[in-house]
Amino acid sequence: MTAPSRNGGPPVVIDDLVKRYGEVVAVDHVTAEVRQGELFGFIGPDGAGKTTLFRILTTLLLPDAGSARVLGLDVVQGLWALRRDIGYMPGRFSLYPDLSVRENLDFFASVFGTTVKREYEQIAPIYSQLEQFNDRRASALSGGMKQKLALCCALVHRPRILFLDEPTTGVDAVSRREFWELLGRMRTSGLTIVVSTPYMDEANRCDRIALMQDGRILATDAPAAVAASFDKTLLAVRAGDRYRTLLALRGYAHAHRVYPFGEALHLADGRAGIDAARAASDAALFLHEQGFADARVEPTSPTIEDVFISRMSGAQAPEAAA
Amino acid sequence: MTSRPHDSAIRTNGLTRVFGTFTAVDHITFDVRPGEVFGFLGANGAGKTTAIRMLTGLLTPSSGEAWVAGHDVYRESEAIKRDIGYMSQRFSLYDDLTVRENIRLYGGIYDLSRAQIHDRTERILTRLGLSHTKNDAVGALPLGWKQKLALSVALLHEPRIVFLDEPTSGVDPITRRQFWELIYETAHAGTTVLVTTHYMDEAEYCDRISIMVSGRIEALGSPAELKKDAGASSIDEVFVRLVRPELAGTKGAA
Repeated sequence: MTAPSRNGGPPVVIDDLVKRYGEVVAVDHVTAEVRQGELFGFIGPDGAGKTTLFRILTTLLLPDAGSARVLGLDVVQGLWALRRDIGYMPGRFSLYPDLSVRENLDFFASVFGTTVKREYEQIAPIYSQLEQFNDRRASALSGGMKQKLALCCALVHRPRILFLDEPTTGVDAVSRREFWELLGRMRTSGLTIVVSTPYMDEANRCDRIALMQDGRILATDAPAAVAASFDKTLLAVRAGDRYRTLLALRGYAHAHRVYPFGEALHLADGRAGIDAARAASDAALFLHEQGFADARVEPTSPTIEDVFISRMSGAQAPEAAA
Repeated sequence: MTSRPHDSAIRTNGLTRVFGTFTAVDHITFDVRPGEVFGFLGANGAGKTTAIRMLTGLLTPSSGEAWVAGHDVYRESEAIKRDIGYMSQRFSLYDDLTVRENIRLYGGIYDLSRAQIHDRTERILTRLGLSHTKNDAVGALPLGWKQKLALSVALLHEPRIVFLDEPTSGVDPITRRQFWELIYETAHAGTTVLVTTHYMDEAEYCDRISIMVSGRIEALGSPAELKKDAGASSIDEVFVRLVRPELAGTKGAA
């Protein structure tokens, strides 16, 4: 499982990859690398191109231009050799709903010429949570359990790299957390894991991430480095009437961008090199003059989501579209 | 028996739904105030969908009481359907119809006059900046625009309450926030909003939230109150503690 790729290089190398559907450019000149043993996340909303990219990397779709190598093999030329070595969990529930838990597992094992018994150790950490439901039809499992079964089926042939396409979409916050705990544990065994998600708050669980939007990569780095790349002074504003405060801040001369963020509003001060404390007191003064006596403004640390918002194309900025 | 409410958009008292031996919704009691943005949270399978189906007049309760827009859910489900709007990510608009045709279709379903449909169509197109795409099939619109249009269509007949079931699922961070601005605007105009979401930061945007666990409402209050009571720094943490206490010590997704 910890074997390096055939040429000793990174397990995933994507070079200027392009995929079009008619006029839509789903993957638009994407270049990226995933390192050995890494938990790597493609983070982006629906339509960013994550699924198309994953289908190319798992040899299920041909690119229009550029190239991709997985485990040292070209995804177009080396597909038959590659398919034995990769595990893939598609975004949509991909198991046979009328087969039981055990039947699904047996099926996927047999496709790869192995048996559940032989691979038991590999899947035990997850399968042990499912075994009590062995005879239950896959369609009757809860969302979290379906996810775990799909993961077992993707692991049962001992892949050297795992691709998980939106494993947590539509899943509640608790099951999402459990799933990431599981991925974190699998990662320590040395398996390279490539995962995609629309939830920005999951980015911190990855070793490195690529932010994706409209087929393009906006940034690639460790999560903390991506967050630190935010290039404006960011303030958190708290006030009783959040909506009216938001509208008022849109008229503030130094507001580069204002948007709701959790319990607060985030205000990016557009002045270059402004001291954060100074920016906060200026904004507080503005709000008090506007009649928001209870407004509190303080500097805050940017998150991945702030960076994503700031790097999205200008045409979609809230001020432009709202 | 609780009396018919005049000061609540939604009021339930011991509302329950049983399927065979399984109690999907187990004696839930809560009030939603007019003009409030109420977050209806819970784990998958906690009973949210069953509760919403009862409140929208689609499913008869097994026991308990509920009034929506002042109408009794047992006897006045048709009146409820006229006074509410509903939008979910799964079912919203017809992809093969144009923006205009979708609005006209729903206007017809809600029995609006031609003049009303015309006026409201213009208002929606202007508000959303969609005038240039009014004759395009909805299927060709980006997901974010579709969701905003779907909300506007759910509000077409000026309902007193609108139910939004995971309206922002999969939407990019900017569009998600634009969508929430539409929600604020809707609530400020006096329409009550009941919304479900898996984004815990969106729970913080609500005036009050309830958290369902195994068919029961285990927490109810403003986000600030719930965090204070639980000694937690985020709603995500409150949620995890309630739903899966054994996970609470672990590092959050955030």
